[in-house]
Amino acid sequence: MDYETLKLVWWLLVGVLLVGFAIMDGHDMGMGVLLPFVGRNDLERRAIINTVAPHWDGNQVWFITAGGAIFAAWPLVYATAFSGFYWAMMAALWALFFRPVGFDYRSKIKHPMWRSTWDWGLFIGGAVPPVIFGVAFGNLLLGVPFRFNDYLMSTYTGSFWELLNPFALLAGVVSLAMITTQGANYLMMRTEGAIYRRVRTASLIFAVLTIAIFALAGVWVATGIEGYVITSVVDPGALPDPLAKTVEVQAGAWMHNYTQYVWAMWVPIAAFAALAASVLFSRLHQAGAAFWSSSVACAGIIGTAGVSMFPFVMPSSLDPRSSLTAYDAVSSHLTLGLMLGATVIFMPLIVFYTAWAYKVMWGKVTTEYIAANDKSVY
Amino acid sequence: MLTEELVDLSRLQFAVTALYHFLFVPLTLGLAFILVIMELTYVITDRPIYKDMVRFWGKLFGINFALGVTTGITMEFQFGTNWAYYSHYVGDIFGAPLAIEGLMAFFLESTFIGLFFFGWDRLNKWKHFMVTVLMAVGSNLSALWILIANGWMQNPLGAEFSYVTMRMEMTDFWSIVFNPVAQAKFVHTVSAGYVTASLFVLGISSYYLLKGRDLDFARRSFRIAAGFGFASALSVIVLGDESGYTIGESQQTKMAAIEAMWETEPAPAGFTVFALPNETEMRNDYALHIPYVLGLIGTRSLTETMPGIKEIKERNRERIENGIQAVTALERLRKHRDDAAARAAFEASKADLGFGLLLKKYTVDVSQATPEMIQQAVDDTIPRVAPLFWSFRLMVALGFAFLLLFGFALFYSVKGNFIEKKWLLRWALWFIPMPWIAAELGWVVAEYGRQPWTIYGVLPTHISVSNLTPGNIYGSLAGFVGFYTVLLIVEMVLMTKYARQGPASLGTGKYHGEIAAGGALPAGAVADKI
Repeated sequence: MDYETLKLVWWLLVGVLLVGFAIMDGHDMGMGVLLPFVGRNDLERRAIINTVAPHWDGNQVWFITAGGAIFAAWPLVYATAFSGFYWAMMAALWALFFRPVGFDYRSKIKHPMWRSTWDWGLFIGGAVPPVIFGVAFGNLLLGVPFRFNDYLMSTYTGSFWELLNPFALLAGVVSLAMITTQGANYLMMRTEGAIYRRVRTASLIFAVLTIAIFALAGVWVATGIEGYVITSVVDPGALPDPLAKTVEVQAGAWMHNYTQYVWAMWVPIAAFAALAASVLFSRLHQAGAAFWSSSVACAGIIGTAGVSMFPFVMPSSLDPRSSLTAYDAVSSHLTLGLMLGATVIFMPLIVFYTAWAYKVMWGKVTTEYIAANDKSVY
Repeated sequence: MLTEELVDLSRLQFAVTALYHFLFVPLTLGLAFILVIMELTYVITDRPIYKDMVRFWGKLFGINFALGVTTGITMEFQFGTNWAYYSHYVGDIFGAPLAIEGLMAFFLESTFIGLFFFGWDRLNKWKHFMVTVLMAVGSNLSALWILIANGWMQNPLGAEFSYVTMRMEMTDFWSIVFNPVAQAKFVHTVSAGYVTASLFVLGISSYYLLKGRDLDFARRSFRIAAGFGFASALSVIVLGDESGYTIGESQQTKMAAIEAMWETEPAPAGFTVFALPNETEMRNDYALHIPYVLGLIGTRSLTETMPGIKEIKERNRERIENGIQAVTALERLRKHRDDAAARAAFEASKADLGFGLLLKKYTVDVSQATPEMIQQAVDDTIPRVAPLFWSFRLMVALGFAFLLLFGFALFYSVKGNFIEKKWLLRWALWFIPMPWIAAELGWVVAEYGRQPWTIYGVLPTHISVSNLTPGNIYGSLAGFVGFYTVLLIVEMVLMTKYARQGPASLGTGKYHGEIAAGGALPAGAVADKI
């Protein structure tokens, strides 16, 4: 496969991994967000937690693997974004610390204080990372203050607080609402009775909320923020060198891809349609269909951010020519090819055995079941 | 500005987070296979006690695993957050095994661990056994890939520098995978994990035996641990890292430092059992020396010489001087990609580019480096001898102590009278922490011994860090230490609680403390009290 095609394939694959993360880890993070509110007593909360007990760890690997794949395929993005967003990354990491221990240790000691502490720990582990990743996406759309020297060593001049600007915070809310919808739809499939009624309400509220805020963010992108345009001739097959191009900041530039390639409009349209479908199916008590709809919505929303910026991945507001794109932030031809091979071999296997694990554990998790299996469940 | 304070803090944070992470990894690696052995016994014999053993030791496995996952997430992201230039410079090579680790190993391990814990009633026993096997294979595969990545840091082959992309690029994936240093490290590290887990099971079983409770359960666990532990302790020593120390210069440097071998000795070199390394005068005070042994271990030959520190330094001086040419030519090339003279000069000297970069610690303009700076850079190329010398010796001594302990444990297991050997049971119990100490020392030897490089001969540690302010690292380091310490305490409390409670924690009604006779506590009573 030629270098240019591989670069495009990897832009898509990074997207696929992020969407996989949102769908899979998203539903157990969404569970964490809802946990303190839809579980009114210890047994109910344990029933909710045990819907993801056998799966959260596997789901979390989507996050780890997305990180590893960005390292391998887009090393400059991995290096520049993670060091630039230093405190945001630390906050996400530290929030994630609450998950493994929250899941595994919570029910090992019976004291109510102990258990409610970990419930809020799971809430933090579920709510903070999606907000941060949303805020990070928001800042990518705005451009990030970094520049490279001749050694391609990056200097980042922004601060953590500057990341929390109004537009980025709005993107954070889109992300949180999307993940919560995903979690609610998953819980609808796996719970019954009072818990089911509460998560169904949550599903309806958060899906509508996601539609509204996503639309607002769309209008903001189209009219309120400036995008980036490459003004030099790009050879997509060239050896990656971010400093070889020139870039300009232009109002409305993030809409160019939609005017140039009209089919790209289907990505945001799919996001809206899928969210509407989620609302519809929740109303009809079709939990499975609602879950698939919100999964498509995750793909649509993440895809919209990606398509709007393409080929940019991480534009620089400080020194636009330092901006990183899907063409010039990538690994070598050999590494991209190799990693594609590894993905093609392993990804179907992963999907296969993950599906099998869900199939084995499928069914409604009830409070009666928890009470009867006190020692062997979370 | 990459100040020394920033570099030291970044290193400290990496060391702290890696050492914490490595408190949990070895037990996971080994206990997974002990669970496999126990469960295999269960599916073959169909005796429920073996299932209880899998479930009980599995509970402790889970408590440990949770923190392994928690501290592991940090490792995946810390290269980007704190070692940005490293990530850029070698991400093309180093990122690949990390991503493959995720795809091939983490998914496998993490998906099947869920079924391991929660699938007992939903899978028949053979299917459940398969789940346990896949979980164990997954965890050990992850060790393989991370050690391939780490092996490449010690002995970077299969890659080449490109001045256009300003980084190292992969040229031969398979030579990276089959890097002999990586393979030696893998075998050594997983064996160390097996020893850790065996001693864990052996020690806790001994505790029950000493207390005279759950005898049947503890006896069977003890025997399995003794057998597996003996084989592993043997493998950890015989297939020790030393087999890899002759390969590549980095390992030679490390070996010379570990052995405090200042002069090149005629082959085969002697082994220094004890010495007080004197770094300023580059000699050993009071050395106790056994002739020939080191040469035999290190080179597996009678004729190959092993270079001493002074000889290595002289070689490095030449490479640094040549490296100055490489850096100077590279900087010209970066300004003008079509400067043919600069390209020719660079091609002639690029093998020593990394050595030239060592001078970046002392000057921005490497071409103006003074003889003093060069001397400092030469001195930097040898890690400090004393910490390595002692860490290594302590680790090896512990290794032999494990072999001895498991030797006795196996001997008396075969004879069938280990329950009467109170001294052995006490030794096993009080020795539980030792494999962890040995493993952490091993990490220090391997990684501290690689300094001043992150990638030996290619990228100095000094320029690998992210361009942050020291204040940032003080803050995050405090956060990590705080979080990890609290979590470690919580983990220890739970581990101790469940280890003390023993198999009764399964709630089957068959074990010590559950049988409602003579005022014994009913099931769950212990949990209620805490």
